[in-house]
Amino acid sequence: MSATAQQPAYTLGAETALNMGCCPPGQLASGVGRLPAGPLSIPNADPSSYVRRKADGTFELFLIVENMTCPACVPDIENTLSKLAGITQARVNLTLGRLHVTWRDADFPAELIASTLSRSGYRAIAYDAAMLDRLEDHRDRRLLRALAVAGFASANIMLLSVSIWSGNVTDMGTATRDFFHWISALIALPAIAYAGQPFFMSAWEALRGGRVNMDVPISLGVLLATLASVMESIRSGTHAYFDAAVMLLFFLLIGRYLEQNMRGRTRSVAANLLALKAVAATVLEPTGERRSCPAEQLRPGMTVFVAPGDRIPADGIVTQGSSDIDASLVTGESLPVAATINTPVYAGTLPLTGALEISVTSTDQDTLLGQIVELMNTSASAKSSHALLADRAARYYAPAVHILAAGTFLGWLLLGSGGWHPALMSAVAVLIITCPCALGLAIPAVQAVAMGALLRSGVLLKSGDGLERLANVDAVVFDKTGTLTLGRPELIAGTGYTDADLMLAARLAQSTRHPLAAALTRAVPALPHAVPVHETAGYGVSAVIDGQVVKLGSRLWCEVPDTTAADSDTSELWLRKHGYAPVRFSFRDQPRADAPLVIAALKKLGMRVEVLSGDRIAAVTPLARMLALDAMTAEARPDTKLTHLQALHDQGQKVLMVGDGLNDAPALAAAYVSMSPSSAADISQTAADIVFRGENLWPVIQTIRIARASKQRMIENIALAIIYNIFAVPMAMAGWVTPLIAAVAMSGSSIIVVVNALRLGWGKQEAAP
Amino acid sequence: MTVLIYLLPVALFLGLLGLAAFLWCLKHHQYEDLQGAAYRALTDDEPDGN
Repeated sequence: MSATAQQPAYTLGAETALNMGCCPPGQLASGVGRLPAGPLSIPNADPSSYVRRKADGTFELFLIVENMTCPACVPDIENTLSKLAGITQARVNLTLGRLHVTWRDADFPAELIASTLSRSGYRAIAYDAAMLDRLEDHRDRRLLRALAVAGFASANIMLLSVSIWSGNVTDMGTATRDFFHWISALIALPAIAYAGQPFFMSAWEALRGGRVNMDVPISLGVLLATLASVMESIRSGTHAYFDAAVMLLFFLLIGRYLEQNMRGRTRSVAANLLALKAVAATVLEPTGERRSCPAEQLRPGMTVFVAPGDRIPADGIVTQGSSDIDASLVTGESLPVAATINTPVYAGTLPLTGALEISVTSTDQDTLLGQIVELMNTSASAKSSHALLADRAARYYAPAVHILAAGTFLGWLLLGSGGWHPALMSAVAVLIITCPCALGLAIPAVQAVAMGALLRSGVLLKSGDGLERLANVDAVVFDKTGTLTLGRPELIAGTGYTDADLMLAARLAQSTRHPLAAALTRAVPALPHAVPVHETAGYGVSAVIDGQVVKLGSRLWCEVPDTTAADSDTSELWLRKHGYAPVRFSFRDQPRADAPLVIAALKKLGMRVEVLSGDRIAAVTPLARMLALDAMTAEARPDTKLTHLQALHDQGQKVLMVGDGLNDAPALAAAYVSMSPSSAADISQTAADIVFRGENLWPVIQTIRIARASKQRMIENIALAIIYNIFAVPMAMAGWVTPLIAAVAMSGSSIIVVVNALRLGWGKQEAAP
Repeated sequence: MTVLIYLLPVALFLGLLGLAAFLWCLKHHQYEDLQGAAYRALTDDEPDGN
């Protein structure tokens, strides 16, 4: 059974949107839950190390399934797997892009799952579920339970409260009112004890650490209101604030849940991205046997086998084979270098033309990668100095609320004639009315709306405050290779070759994975038949066509006379037919199609735009000139990039760093805020605050716009909260706020700020040009 | 007004029933893949193996 979309697996009109953007392998667009097709094939890691035995004796495995994006995929995958003998259950989670399989037989080969799926066109990678998401999932559900309890309690108490309020102005007897109060207490007390825990715990933690956070006034308000209401009920008073206390919890839990949910969703998408890139190593045992193992289990002295197109899992020395190595993600250098026996190679680089056997010399911390990680960790301090808008507001808000409440209590006690009772009730009213809904509900709502809009356009926000920092940015620093450019060479058309030459070269080029050869084949619209070639790594390929030897490769390979001047600005590939003069093809790493537009738009937003590259000056200069950048730096090593960013930081610039390479990772971590395309090295994606998908740079502009708009909304919401408090607090201090007024004011202000937050999503999205 | 003595517990009981149903759904992972569930409803063949 094939996995293609043509199969009429659903009964609705097949021409509906359902089968659009379906899942034939490789056809991937940007969108929620869709993962970018990496430029490389990644080996199917042996999943058996991730199989877990459950308590009931069955076995389970979690997998991330790439290119599972359409409705037909769900039954397709589940049915295909269920047909395998031994599988008891196969369940797809489409939202997260993950698959859960269980079986009973201990001998069931787990690789069969991945291989069956790959025959159907899905790529599945096993992952360690325990590590990935047990914790966040648990917290998410706890909040949702608390939210449900608070929602139930506030609805029912409000029902009783409305009766009491109308009873107070008509003819309700004291006995009935007390009865209603007690029923409210019966609902409210357990509900508050359960649903208030997230706030009480966080407040307690803060107080124990000698700090005050937003949860302190919330907890104090809720607890005091409950206590005062119970006392009111005992002395059969007119007013009880049970409804206000529970409603406050309900609103704030909504905000907390939005925040949590948003973070959980991004984290799971980010985790999928990284798990798909996780490198599995093929270890060659001394006995000659091959075995697959996770890269982190490699030890020095082991020999690993790396097929062309697979990432090298650890630093080592080549012991067998030779190949051209693409190190662009590590160094930013766009041209491949040759490696043969005894050449040292680095983790994360990519052999292009031949298989290698590598003796591992160092792992983890000792690798080049480890050193870059080290540099990155020490440089992340610049970020911690930024205080979030909500935190900054909370820092003034919490003490102000406490002082006002305490002042009200003391004022009524000293100046009033009613004793402690009206004093306490007024102080409680102040605490309730100053409910920080704008901070607790509106800011998460703004973030959730902004993040939803960004996710839909393929931008993944990894840190909640990334958006807020992005709104303040006044300078943008781009990496060159892979960021401003596509990171792959493209043929420069019409430079001294004929169409016949190009066709001939393309016949040879199809059989090799060298990036220049790939660029050559891309430039030919209708590909001719391939010929079998003989490949010499680091030099080129040769083939015999019509009894004539034809060579395609380096200048040396094609025996080009030295008199032909080399051009340091471009890469070259030569074609030589026996008996003819060599023909030259020139290549250059081309900028992304919308790069000039994006630079212009950034300048219009008042930004200073720079390029900071590890590549040669000759490669960077023409690009910087073409895009009219404000400044350029070339041949920068990872630590030079870092010092450059720190220098900008010291000048008071708030820098957005956009980069993709391993060598950019420290700079990404050090920048005020950072973005990285999803084709980037996984370490860079980890370091970046924001990851964007697709071939275009336009998401950078879009994200900055959304960031600025959402910051605007947050400020408006805080302003609204202040205005509301200016009116409400004096009333509460004066003792005029009854439970009815408190309830109306509280829900009114919450609705206003949430609607203001939602406004962010209403505006028309400006499409990329 | 004595009818309230019966009505209130009945109303509360019904509310609690709803809450219990929600918590039950939550416990049985009903809210974890809203997107997939929406599409499952459209397919003819029941995924077997459950």
